[in-house]
Order: sequence, then structure tokens, then C-alpha cells
Amino acid sequence: MAVCVSVIAKENYPLYIKTIPTENELKFHYTVHTCLDVVEEKVSSVSKSVNDLRELYLGLLYPTEDYKVYGYVTNTKVKFVIVVETSNTLLRDNEIRSMFRKLHNAYTDMLCNPFYTPGETIKSRSFDKLVLQMMVSEVQS
Amino acid sequence: MSAVESFTVPTGVGEFPPELICRPLGFVALTGLDVIYNAVHKAIWESFSANRRPDRVPLSFKILDGDHEYPKCRSKRSSYEWYIPKGITKTGWMNKHLNLIPAVVVVFFDLDWDETQWKEKQMECASRVEVVRHSLQGRGTKVAVVLIQKNSPLPPGEDMVAAERAAALCSACDLSAKSLFVLPHSDHLFGYTIRLENAFYELAQGYYHMEARKVKAHKEFLNKTTHQLLFVRHAFKIAFFNELKQDTNTALKQYKVAYAYVSELRAHDTNMLEIKSISGFINYKICKLSFHHNAPLDAISQFRKHVDFYKNKTGCSELAFEHSAWMCKQFQIFGDLFDEAIRAGLNAIQTQHPGFYYQQAAYHAVNRKHLCRGLCHSATVMPDPNPLEDADKLEYYGQRPWRQGHQSIDPPDPAKEKDGIQALQYKELQVDHSWIIIPLLSSAVAQFKKYKSARMKRYLMVQMGEEYYHAKDYNKALTLLDRVTWDYRVERWCALLTSILNMSLRCAYLVASVRHYVTISLELIGRFAHISSEEKTHVQMNLIRVISNNPPEPVTGCPSEYVELAKQLWKDKLSPENSNIFTVEMQNIVPFVECKARFSTSKCTADTPLQLQVYLRASCQFPIRFSKLCVLLNNHAYNDYCTLVDGHTVGGDGEASYSSCHGDLYLTPGQIKMYAFEFVAEPVDVGKKIEITSIALSLGNEDNCCAILRWVGAGGDSASLTNVQEQVQMKRGPPKPNEYDWSNITLDPSISIIPRCSNLDIQLDHNPPSLMNEFYYAKVIITNNEDLEIQNLCMQIGLKEGQENTLEQSTQVFLDEATIGIPGPSRIKNVELTGNRILGVRTMYDIQVNVTQNKLSMPVICTCYQEKSVSVQTVLPYDLSIKMASLKFDVVEHVHSDEPFLLLTDIKCTSPWPITIENSQLLLSDEVKSVDETLQSQLISVSLKQNECASECYCLVAPVHHQHTTVPIGHYSVQWKRTNCEEEGLPTVETTLALPSITVETIPLFIETKIPSHGRVRDSLHVTYTIYNKTQMVQEVEAGMEPSEAFMFSGHKQVCFRILPVSQQVLMYNFYPLVPGHVKLPRLHINMPRYPGVADDLGGRMLPTHIFIKPQGKELHESASG
Repeated sequence: MAVCVSVIAKENYPLYIKTIPTENELKFHYTVHTCLDVVEEKVSSVSKSVNDLRELYLGLLYPTEDYKVYGYVTNTKVKFVIVVETSNTLLRDNEIRSMFRKLHNAYTDMLCNPFYTPGETIKSRSFDKLVLQMMVSEVQS
Repeated sequence: MSAVESFTVPTGVGEFPPELICRPLGFVALTGLDVIYNAVHKAIWESFSANRRPDRVPLSFKILDGDHEYPKCRSKRSSYEWYIPKGITKTGWMNKHLNLIPAVVVVFFDLDWDETQWKEKQMECASRVEVVRHSLQGRGTKVAVVLIQKNSPLPPGEDMVAAERAAALCSACDLSAKSLFVLPHSDHLFGYTIRLENAFYELAQGYYHMEARKVKAHKEFLNKTTHQLLFVRHAFKIAFFNELKQDTNTALKQYKVAYAYVSELRAHDTNMLEIKSISGFINYKICKLSFHHNAPLDAISQFRKHVDFYKNKTGCSELAFEHSAWMCKQFQIFGDLFDEAIRAGLNAIQTQHPGFYYQQAAYHAVNRKHLCRGLCHSATVMPDPNPLEDADKLEYYGQRPWRQGHQSIDPPDPAKEKDGIQALQYKELQVDHSWIIIPLLSSAVAQFKKYKSARMKRYLMVQMGEEYYHAKDYNKALTLLDRVTWDYRVERWCALLTSILNMSLRCAYLVASVRHYVTISLELIGRFAHISSEEKTHVQMNLIRVISNNPPEPVTGCPSEYVELAKQLWKDKLSPENSNIFTVEMQNIVPFVECKARFSTSKCTADTPLQLQVYLRASCQFPIRFSKLCVLLNNHAYNDYCTLVDGHTVGGDGEASYSSCHGDLYLTPGQIKMYAFEFVAEPVDVGKKIEITSIALSLGNEDNCCAILRWVGAGGDSASLTNVQEQVQMKRGPPKPNEYDWSNITLDPSISIIPRCSNLDIQLDHNPPSLMNEFYYAKVIITNNEDLEIQNLCMQIGLKEGQENTLEQSTQVFLDEATIGIPGPSRIKNVELTGNRILGVRTMYDIQVNVTQNKLSMPVICTCYQEKSVSVQTVLPYDLSIKMASLKFDVVEHVHSDEPFLLLTDIKCTSPWPITIENSQLLLSDEVKSVDETLQSQLISVSLKQNECASECYCLVAPVHHQHTTVPIGHYSVQWKRTNCEEEGLPTVETTLALPSITVETIPLFIETKIPSHGRVRDSLHVTYTIYNKTQMVQEVEAGMEPSEAFMFSGHKQVCFRILPVSQQVLMYNFYPLVPGHVKLPRLHINMPRYPGVADDLGGRMLPTHIFIKPQGKELHESASG
């Protein structure tokens, strides 16, 4: 039931942003962009204390009125951000975690494509499919 | 806190009355003080009221007249059975208890204990108290009397009169002894005031406690069905009294109770505003007290609960904007509370700070604006009569002015209700929402900046910019948006950047800012903008219009009423008298044209022209023509060579200042164009770097409207400078011929100018290695291999720079002849140092050469340098060893005084070149003398090859010397030079060496032996031993001759004698050799009883041990006869 799924490059530019209500896409762009503040802060504060074992899942980033924003940072500093509606109480931390894991796997598969240059905008159809599935299938469950 | 005398009910929805926001302080009325005419009274009043610091007791004081009328106390009802409340909380109630009904009334009265007219005064005082009591009838307000006295009081119990009169006064005034105070106006007024204050505070607390209990007592009369509102009201009152009492814990508890009651109230459209208002008030109090109790999490969770509960309780749908206004206010006031708590020492974090609440408040304010637009357009006039007339005279908070006190579900008069709604809508239309939104956003920006959320801050700034746009302040919007675009560009959030640029373009159009309009257009056509190609075409068309001095078409989405205004502005801006020439810095934007410049090589000699290439690529929709391309270099002299003017814009047929500068600056989208420039470096730049400082590309006619696109350095804009992706080659496969691969074009912004290669040949004739201390001879031969004549030749010779300091100090260069042009010899002297040194010869000259530049030949004077260096090793010419020996050539460590010894010098040639020793000299010190009269060198003109040796031997004697046992011998100097030196004039080298010191021993005896150099068998040999006594005493000597098989001898076999001081004894012997050869002499033993063992040893060293004995020769005649 995610309303927005995005992948952000190491340099903080968007690689992929998918939103379900497409009419307000720009707002989600802003939401994802602003949450990078928290991601950066969290990553930098964690890496200072323990540098070997960092939990990739960052948890809830921003408590906004309508949406909950969750973050996940891979070891190569690629960021995943999932936005969920606040009204959706079905999704617990564990579900969000597994969503991120799925997303991470899909991203890794996508990256294995020899025709993809790292850093390019993601245009993979299978990745797209998985993200859409994540955004729709959870609604039914 | 300032007391609010006349108050009005806030008319705005969700507004908080000041008496709610302020900290409630117990109210104490002071009467009987004449602050206008009485200085003492004035001082007392000031000590109470002025400069109340936070450490003073929380009370508010007010001066009232003695006969002040306090609000009348209504008679308390004994039963609530038939009572239907008309609202929750009365608007005047808080103010009444804060400012009108005192907890304590203090009666000040001038009265000393020794007052003569005591009775009269006591009466007067009692009557004053009575007046106050009367006015406060029915209230629990405490009354206190303070006697202002001139004299300081005596300690309690001593002043009997005082005690007696105090008791009398108390009973006359019907006052408890605890409520009577004495205030002597002495120097310690402030101290007394503090004590009085504390006493008043105690009284006030008692009063408020009683009031709270009184309210509580009503509770049992209430029933749940009809008195729900009263439950809220009473809980609120109890809480408020407790707050006045400064019992914040109880107050908080009671506010929470009140909040729970409010939540239980049945809400419908008619009372929704009232419920929300009151719950907002109570929520405010709860949050404030929670923050005060340092429980911020409680405050936050209470606020969350509050907001979540009321979020969807919009109430009347026609007045939905009221709900947004109320939500906005809730968030704003909570943000303020949070911020206040932070200022009081609370720590906030990045994800929980006031900024979020301000942001949310702004969001609700925006919502309110939208709702207002949707709902209020029909409310064009205020209905008559105005239903909102009584809006500031409400009896209960949050009620509608046209139906006050009404509590049923349906409005009493539907027509009136409609009018009321219309009036509210009309009023809402008058509100300028932007000025509510912008300050909220601005507060949020400040907070997010503080909590390291730069991106959120930027987002809010964008929103502010949008709001300014809606508020029609286009200039402000433009500046705000301009400030944030850079970050979005650098982080490559193109979608966001595009939306901001679109907004900015509209602003730029509306204010007719040519510069901004062009800059934004440049970027909107560029590769970062995510807009459709039609839009891009539109933007580019407009850009070309502006550049060719025509007003652009209006940007879509601009408010139509401002478009007309903008059209006029554009006409004025682009009128021919105004010239619009401006520079646009390309590193700040991502323009549609990219530029790269490079020098063809990184180094270049002074006699070849520099090649400079500029590549341009446009990514716009359709071709575009630029007017001029300039490359600016760090030496401005070349700029003229690097200018290209488009042939189509200047005059057409091309009469321009530079013949080569006409070109075609017409760029087709996607194609790369290369422009080459060529020029020759000036002599002053030889050895320096020429750098591209910037590239300027002009768009438009310089006569009226022209944008100069300026790249710093050799090109690259905001995107390519920060973006790794654009540096990576994205193409696969080899590049096609005749086509430039953009990503393969590197930026080479600088070129080093090196001198022209010299054709001069330098030869250095010399014979290494050099010898230490010698004048090393080297010949420099310079041959000119140039085709052309050279001028101003000069030559330098010397040690190369950068060698060891000691080398430089120990090397001197001499020049034999200073004529340049003819090879001249030069000598180098090196002193006392072996090892490598590098000699350098450097020549410099000017030459005029012809250089082809742009197919024209032109003379250029070049300065050329040629250098040659050789490494010369220095070795020692010879090795000199010095030895000391006895006359028997035994090497000795020390010598005896007055006994001759030998000094042996041994020169071993170590130079690979033969050396000739011209002379050697022994320079003796005063302590040593030569045995010979004259010292003659034995080595004059001796030539030595490598490893050959030359020795000298000098016989020296050290006279008796009493002071030193170690004496210096002196110096030895050798004059030498290379044997086969070509140059006769070279001076010889004199090397002087200090000879070692010798140890001189003084001995008691000295034996001189006189013996022929050889003997013959059976031929007597005359030997004399002279024994000298060197001491100052008579010496007893025993001498004995040891028998020998080789000799017979005559003389003393054994003798004992004495030698006087500085005297001698001669022993004479005749030896008769018996065998030939190198024969051992019979040994003379000398023994001195005084120095046992010493003399024999001495003798052993001094006496000769062997002699050569020739065999007896045959007679010549015998052999002849035989």
C-alpha cells in the first residue's frame, strides 16, 4: 500500500520515483527529497559509532500529517524511500522491512543487467513491475 | 504581565484570548496608597510593582481606591435542577478572576503605635476596612491591613503599647492578628516589601484554594444529561484557580479532566465551533503545563491526540475554511509553545521540532485559502443587518453572534443562519491568506535551518516563493526561487527544478525582467528541464523574440489581469533607448548550449603558434544563431585573436576589425561545432602558462539586447562540473570519423609556453676527475648551429643550483678571459672536499625567427637557452703519511729530549693523472730544531704516477723542554701540479699539512756511541761510548760489557763510576772482529742503582746492536803472483 517508492543515487539524485496518485507527483518528489535530510543525518551519526555492521533499514524518517516516510540505505549508499499513508495502519514495521528487502533484491537484479550503467535512471520493466506490485498487491492483502 | 482592563473577545476563529495565554498570577489589590501626592506611598508602590523579576512571588498587584466597587457577587443557586447552561465558558470569567476580583485586598494606613490621636485613627482605619468588606460582600476575598509607620518597630514583646494597640485595632477592624502588618518606611523598604509579599501570597493561595473547593462543591448537584457543559466549565474553573494558586500539578490534572469532558460532548454543526474553541484552550493549557513540567513527550502526544480527534470534525461544510483556520491556529500555537520550551532549555531533534508544527500550520492556512476560494465566491456583499455585529461582545467563547446561548441541534432561524454564514464567508474573502501563510513558512524555515534540514528548508522556501507569487509580489517570489534553484540543480532533481523554473519564468515575465527571463529560458530549453518539446519550442521562440528586441508572448498560467500590465512593461524595457546587455554565469545554470575549450597541446615552444579549440553543442529544439564568441585569456593581449563574430549579424559583407574572425555561429541541435583559434605567444609569456579565464558567447545584438553567456575557465556548467555521470562516456563503439565525441573532448584550459629549442652546441673540454685543491681547467666550446644570426649571447658557468651548501662554499669559479664568442678557458677551484659536483654552462641569446600565424609570416624574436652540465668528481691527489723514527729507523711513538730523531714523509700519488711535486717544505715550530743547518727538500721536481711514492727524511731534535711533554713539530707543505697540464699558466697548488705533535721524554742518561760504519775481520775497531748525565744530580752508573763470540775486545769488562751533573763519562773499547757479516756487537749493559731497570732498557734502545764486518781482503799482489 505504498503510495510512493523511490530509489535515490549515492549522490542524492533520483534514479527512480514511482507514485500512485500521479496527479500530485511533484509533492512526492518534494517529500522524498526532503527526507534525505534525515537519511543523511541518520547515516552519518550511525557510521560514526559502529562502522562495520550498520542496519540498512533506517525506519520511520518523517512524521508528517498524511504520510509516513520510511528509509533504507544500501552499503553503497543507494537510498530507498517508501512513502505510506498515515491512515494505513495495516503496515507494521516488519512489513515495511520486507518491502525494502524485496526492493533491494529487485534493485540488485536490475543492476546486474550489463546494459545498465550504474547511475542512470532506472528504466527496467521488471523493476517497474515489482514496484507496481508492491504498491498494488499490498492493498488487496 | 500587564493587566488587561478592558478586553474584547477575539473574533478570529481559533484565536486565543490573551488572558488564556498569559501566566495566571494571583491578584492582590492595594488600597489606601496615594501615589500621586505622597512620596512614601509612591516608594512603597514602586517596591511592589517595579522590576518584578522571576524570583519574586507570582502575584500581580494593582492600586485601587479604598471605595472601589468590585464586581457584584451573584447569589449562588442552591439547586441546579432547572438550570440549563447556555454555553461552556463565559468570555469574561478568566479576566474577572485575573484582573477584577482580588484574592487579597490590602488596606494601607498611616499609623504609628505612639499616635496621639489613637482612638480617632483606629476608628478611621476600621471604617476603611468596613468599606472594603462591604464592597466584597459574599466573596471569600481576604482583607489585610498594613500600617505605614515612621519609626522602626521594637523587637516583639518589648513594646507593650504596640501589642496592646495592635490587639485593639484587630478587634476594631474584625481582623485576625495574622492579617495585620506593620511597614516602617525605613532604608530597608525592599526587604519589608518582600516579606509582605510572601504573606500576601500565602493569603492569596488560601483564597484560591477555597474558591476551587467552592466550585468543586457544586459538582454533586449536577446531572449528566443536562449539565454536560457545566462539567467542563467546573473542571476548567478548578484548574484555573489551581493555576492561580500556582499548584500546576493539580491544575494539569483538572485541565485533563476538563478536556475529557469536552471530548464527550455531543458535537453538531451548531456547537462545533464552541467545542473546538474550548478544547483548543484546554489543550493549550495542558501542553503548556506539560512543557512546564519538563514532560515534552506528554505535551506532544496530547497535541497529537487533540489534532487527530478534531482533524475530521469540520463542522458546517459551508464554513469549512473555519476548520482549517482553527487547525492552523492549533499547530501554530503549539509550535510557539514548543519553541518557548526550547528557549527555556529543552532539546529538540531533527525529526521533532517546532518547524514541523509551523509547516503544518502553513499547510492548513493554504488549505483555508483554497477552501475560501471554493466556498466564498458567492458571498459578495455583507448581509444587512450585519449578523456579526455582536461578534466582539460574546457571552460565551466560540458561539455564533446571531444565536448566542443557543444549544439545540438545529439553528433557531434558518434565514438568519444563512445570513450569518454568508457574512462569515464575506469576511473570509477580505482576509489576505498569503500574509498568514508566509510568516508561518518563514518561522518553519528558521526552525528547519536550525535542525540541519537544508532540503526541507529549501522546499519551504519554494512554497514561500509560490505564496509570494499568489500574493502578486513577483519580485520577491523571483528572488526566493532564485536562491533555491542552485541546490536542486546540483542534486539533479530535474522535475523539481523544472517546476521551480516554470514558476520563476512566470514571475520574470510578469515583472518584465529581461535578465531573469533570458536566464531562466536558457535553462528551460536545456537538458535538465523536464518539459515537453512543444513547451521547449515555445520557450525558445520567446527567447529569440526577447533577444531580437521584441516582447515575448505571455507565459501560460499567468493571471490575466497582470498580463496586460506586463505587456506594457516589456514594451518599455525593450524600447530602443534601453540597452539590455547582461552577463549570465554558466556555472550557475544548466544552459541549452554546452561549451568546451582546449589547447591542442599542454606545452608549446615560443616559435610555434598556439592552437586553441572551442567546441559548442546546443540541445535546444531548433537551430540558434549566436553573435559572438570570445575566449578570454589571462593575458588580455591575446583576446583579440580569440574573437569570432558571426558573419550574418555584423554588416553581412564583413568589414570587421579582424580578417580571420568571421565565422558561422549557427548551431544545429545535437551537432558539435568546433572553432579553432591560432596565435603566437609574446616573449613576455615565455616560461609562463597561458590560461583560459573565461569564454563568452553572445546571444543577440550588442546594440540593444544581448545576453553574454559566460563560462569560467574552459567551459562546463553547473551540471557538468558536479556530475560524474556526464564525465563518463556513454557511447559504445568507436567514434565515427569527422564527428566529435562530446564526452571525449577534455577541458585543457592552460598551456605552458616553453622557450624555442636552441641549436647552440656547448662542449666542455676537461679532464676529470678533478683533484682536491687544484685549479681545475675546463674549456667551453660554443658552436652556433643556427641558420640565423644570433644576438645578445651571454653565458654563465658555475655550479648548478640546488647542490649542497658546502659545495657552493668550497667552489670558486675563475674566468681567464671574459670574451664571449671566442671560447675562453675557465678554471674552477675546489677546496677540501671530495665528491661529486655538477658544473653547468648556460647560454642565452635572442634570435629572430619567422612564424606562420593564420597563413601569415611574421617575425618573432625568441630567446633561446642552452644548457650543458657535467658532473665532476673530485679526488685526493695524493696520500701523505708522516712517521717518526729513531735514528735506527725504528718507528717511535715518542722521542727523547736532545736525542735526534727522524721525520719521514711519504707521499703516495692517488691521482689518475701524474703529478709533479715542485717543492716541499718543512716549517718547524720553535720547539723542534733541525739537526742539519739547512733544510733542503729532497723532492724537487719529482713526478709521480698513480700509486708511486716519494719519501723524504729529515733529522730533527727536540731540545730539553720543561713545560710541555707534547710539542708540535710544525707544518709540511707540498707544492704540486699536474705533470702534463696543457695550460702552462696554471699556478701550482700548495697544500700545507699540520704535522703531528710528538711526545718528548726527558731521560736521565744519554749514551752517544762513536763507531765506524763497518769493520774488517781481524782489524781492530775503535769504539767510544760517551755517557751523559742529563740530570741535576750525581749519578752512579754500573757498566759492564757482555762477552761475545764474534769479538775480542779490550777495555773495562765491568766498571762502576759516578757522573757529575751535566757531565759525561767516556768508555773506550777496542773491538777485534773475529767473524765477518752482519755481526752482533757485544752488548754494553748500563745499570743505575737509583733507577733500576731503566738504564739498561734505555741503553738497549740507544746503543747500536749490530755492525757489518767485512771479511779480510786478499792482497792484490798475492793474487797476481798466485
